[in-house]
Amino acid sequence: MDDLLSEFLTETNENLSVLDVELVRLEQNPNNPELLSNIFRLVHTIKGTCGFLGLPRLEKVAHASENVLGKFRDGELTINPEAVSLILQALDTIKSLLAVLEATEAEPPGDDLPLIERLNLCAEGKLGAAAAPAKPAPAPEPPPAPAVAATEEAPVSSGNVTLDELEAIWNSTPGPTGTALAPVAAEPAEEPAPSQDLVVPDPDPVPAATKVPAPAAEAVAGAGGGNAEAATKESAVAAQTIRVNVDLLENLMTMVSELVLTRNQLLQILRSQKESEFAAPLQRLNHVTSELQEGVMKTRMQPIGNAWAKLPRLVRDLAHELAKKIDLQMLGADTELDRQVLELIKDPLTHMVRNSADHGLEVPADRLRAGKSETGRITLNAYHEGGHIIIEIQDDGKGLAIDKIKQKAIQNGMASEGELAAMSDQQIIQFIMKPGFSTAAKVTNVSGRGVGMDVVKTNIEKIGGTIEIKSQQGKGSTFVIKIPLTLAIVSALIVECAGERFAIPQISVVELVRAAADSEHTIERLKGTPVLRLRNRLLPLVSLQELLRLDDQEGEEKKTDETFIVVTQVGTYTFGIMVDRVFDTEEIVVKPVAPILRHIEMFSGNTILGDGSVIMILDPNGIASATGEMAMGENVSKEATSVQAARQEDKMALLLFRAGAGAPKAVPLSLVARLEDVDLGSVESSNGMPVVQYRGKLMPLVPIDPGFMMGQEGRQPVLVFADGDRSMGLIVDEIVDIVEERLVVQLTADRPGLMGSAIIAGKATDVIDAGFFLTQAYKDWFGSSSTEAYEEEKALQRVLLVDDSPFFRNLLTPLLSVAGYDVTAVENANEALALCEAGEDFDVIVSDIEMPGMSGFDFAEAVRQGGTRWSATPMVALSSHASPRDLDRGRQAGFTDYVAKFDRDALLYALQQTLSEQKGAA
Amino acid sequence: MSKAKLPATTKKSKGDEIASGGSQDYVTMTIADQLFGIPVLQVQDVLGHQRITRIPLAPPEVAGSLNLRGRIVTAIDVRLRLGLSSRPKDKPGMSIVVDLRGELYSLMVDSVGEVLSLSNDDFERNPATLDPRWREVSTGIYRLNGQLMVVLDVPRLLNFTTLEAA
Repeated sequence: MDDLLSEFLTETNENLSVLDVELVRLEQNPNNPELLSNIFRLVHTIKGTCGFLGLPRLEKVAHASENVLGKFRDGELTINPEAVSLILQALDTIKSLLAVLEATEAEPPGDDLPLIERLNLCAEGKLGAAAAPAKPAPAPEPPPAPAVAATEEAPVSSGNVTLDELEAIWNSTPGPTGTALAPVAAEPAEEPAPSQDLVVPDPDPVPAATKVPAPAAEAVAGAGGGNAEAATKESAVAAQTIRVNVDLLENLMTMVSELVLTRNQLLQILRSQKESEFAAPLQRLNHVTSELQEGVMKTRMQPIGNAWAKLPRLVRDLAHELAKKIDLQMLGADTELDRQVLELIKDPLTHMVRNSADHGLEVPADRLRAGKSETGRITLNAYHEGGHIIIEIQDDGKGLAIDKIKQKAIQNGMASEGELAAMSDQQIIQFIMKPGFSTAAKVTNVSGRGVGMDVVKTNIEKIGGTIEIKSQQGKGSTFVIKIPLTLAIVSALIVECAGERFAIPQISVVELVRAAADSEHTIERLKGTPVLRLRNRLLPLVSLQELLRLDDQEGEEKKTDETFIVVTQVGTYTFGIMVDRVFDTEEIVVKPVAPILRHIEMFSGNTILGDGSVIMILDPNGIASATGEMAMGENVSKEATSVQAARQEDKMALLLFRAGAGAPKAVPLSLVARLEDVDLGSVESSNGMPVVQYRGKLMPLVPIDPGFMMGQEGRQPVLVFADGDRSMGLIVDEIVDIVEERLVVQLTADRPGLMGSAIIAGKATDVIDAGFFLTQAYKDWFGSSSTEAYEEEKALQRVLLVDDSPFFRNLLTPLLSVAGYDVTAVENANEALALCEAGEDFDVIVSDIEMPGMSGFDFAEAVRQGGTRWSATPMVALSSHASPRDLDRGRQAGFTDYVAKFDRDALLYALQQTLSEQKGAA
Repeated sequence: MSKAKLPATTKKSKGDEIASGGSQDYVTMTIADQLFGIPVLQVQDVLGHQRITRIPLAPPEVAGSLNLRGRIVTAIDVRLRLGLSSRPKDKPGMSIVVDLRGELYSLMVDSVGEVLSLSNDDFERNPATLDPRWREVSTGIYRLNGQLMVVLDVPRLLNFTTLEAA
């Protein structure tokens, strides 16, 4: 290709990328004249060069755009979205023309009359008349171009500078290069140009170079040229940067990598020699090599802003298309990373921003309803952290819809309902990374085609990065990408297994654990699968030897008890790799494996170590996926689970006692009002039931064991249950202890009066169903005494119980958990709303009506109308007043169902109904 | 790197229009007492015994990888590739390094012989009855004095995908 033409293409492509960004900025700050003049100048440059190179079709489009911009600049037109759209459209046309030009070295035939016509109309102020000022603009003649041309020519005619000098400055200016007015433009390599050139900032500008523009600037100033300031800066930039072909840099990098390796080898040899005359020169070589390596690395470094350059335009277009208001914030755009990495993350980033805009953010109306500002925000944040770059993509939208993901997962046969129910939200979120998964309800132009996050994930993992998702219903989601600074040189841990050495990239190594018979860590086996207890968690282990099907070469010296475990993290999945020995870490240059070995996913590459031997580099991602990916998200990061963990850690005080034969029994202590010692002599009989006078009232006594024969004398411990003015005594044999434990009923019992068995204080203990005994004492304590349980599989649906009475809370919590629900009980509506704020999710809310402070009705209204994340969660009211009028009022307030307080069967039935309806509707 | 491709194609075209006379240079080697040849322009290096790093999970023909002056070379056990038993441990063996599409491969053979300049008149296509595994990797046979030399086609020798599919 003609040098001139290729130069033009590179430059124009750069200019166009800058224009994209600048125009979007202009739309936001229409009153910024500097921005406008910069844009105008860029378009003008494109037009000028097109004319010079004889590209009439491009020139016409550029010219028409310039006319419109000229009107903006002269204040004859106001900047409005339609006009900006039109100009962006013109830029797109220019881009497509350039693409053809690049491929064929000729302009495509045809013309762009419709576009030009519209541009001209716009310039005349006839387009989008509503937005344009009423003042009819004159015909596009004369174009404002001459004005600029004049300023350009001005210094020339002033005579103080030679024409050649000035021209040299203008010509050597790479692209639009910004003036201080446009910081974005100040980075000429805004967009890697098609010719793959890279602008390398010269760290030490040669002083002479900066002197060149000085006389020019003076001259221009003298001549009163308006561009004096700009000219100085542009030429300064020009003198400091040179264009270098990327291939050259790549080669340089490879050579340096080899040099580093050779240096390492030499140093290794040196170490084995005590006194060597090579020591000093080698030391110097060492330093020089390190510096050289650093320097070459720097040439490959580019600000991440380059990968972001397209995003403002993308987001703007999306916002228009989707009728959303989106504010894109980009932080840390100058964070630098390797060009190669940059290229590789560009597409994933674009995809994720698009996702955030399309799925993440809500339309303005929904946002207002949810109590958020109309304008949704997408924040990109990049920063360095310990040899890695962290990129966060955050939106304040609606967050990931866990329910939708679940549904979709079931639909696609990725998991069964039961499996899903057992998963944490974090695990469920992982599904969006699976191939063929798209949660967008309908396929839009923008997204929802089911190719997406899985591709993003693969791309990021390909470069040794990880991606993490955090999502909060109603508050938005955050994607955190962690990628290595450079792909060329990585730090790796060298391990040995079955006589072979392997390298594990340090980025994925969390820690090293030595497991031996005599150490505190030992490997245990679950049906042959090795696991390790590490800080109260079970760490799944992978035997490298088995994984790689390595057989011991020297069988005799093997079988030491000692094993080292490399704790490795891939995404949120943590596992241990069992190896025989661990050496040190070494800086290695990753080289791709031979094509015939590419299919082995356990290796990400190979390299040559300091001692000259070849070593395979293990790929933790490959190992993770080879050993069962469904474990993904099992050991979720602590942060993500903290909300849930805090809740699960809730321990319950349990009263342990003995009564009758068999296991010790337990009842939640909070249900028990008092512990009494009843003198059996004072027990009377009333209505065929033993009663005792207690605090001026008759208290029925109920034995746990129906066949219990009460003695006539002595004293008997009794557990007193009380609610309101009623109380009953449960006769037990002996009170054993009070323990604090998390109550997990593991076996449900079918014997009336028992809820089931749980491990309490290390013993199997029967947990008694206090409700059963209450109904023994008073048939009407609950509406019905039937204890028939609902046996249907309820995969731990989460129930939020709101009741001010500790008695009912403590009664219903075990009752519901036995019925297969995961219950969270809170004292009042405010606490419940706080949980909502904290990001907890429930399948159903059961609420009392009469509560101090916020009543059940108010609570329901708050949940329904606040636009909270719970607005769709079914609610069941519990009340002692179950009149039709109350029912009506409950429904109005937003309750799904209404249950009399003491009818536990009705409650269970209502829950079951509500949830199944919910499922059906979902 | 395109250097490697060029001789390969020239060789092939010459192999096709073999009748025109002229001669070809081959590096000869023996595997299990059979003489083989590789066009000399494709050969980068001849190595003695090398320390080889095993590659777990690789196809059995891949013996491992080795370091050749800073480049990683994949070692192929030609005996296994040709369906022969692997070399007895006590014989050290030699290797011929070839370049295929910019990647270096080390072909492990029993011994490497001299470079022969062979007349195209002595070239013959593979006999139809030749073992299919050999026929797949050979372009033809040279009739030499007292023995036959099998010409190995390097790209096909290193094409494991067809092997796996089979």
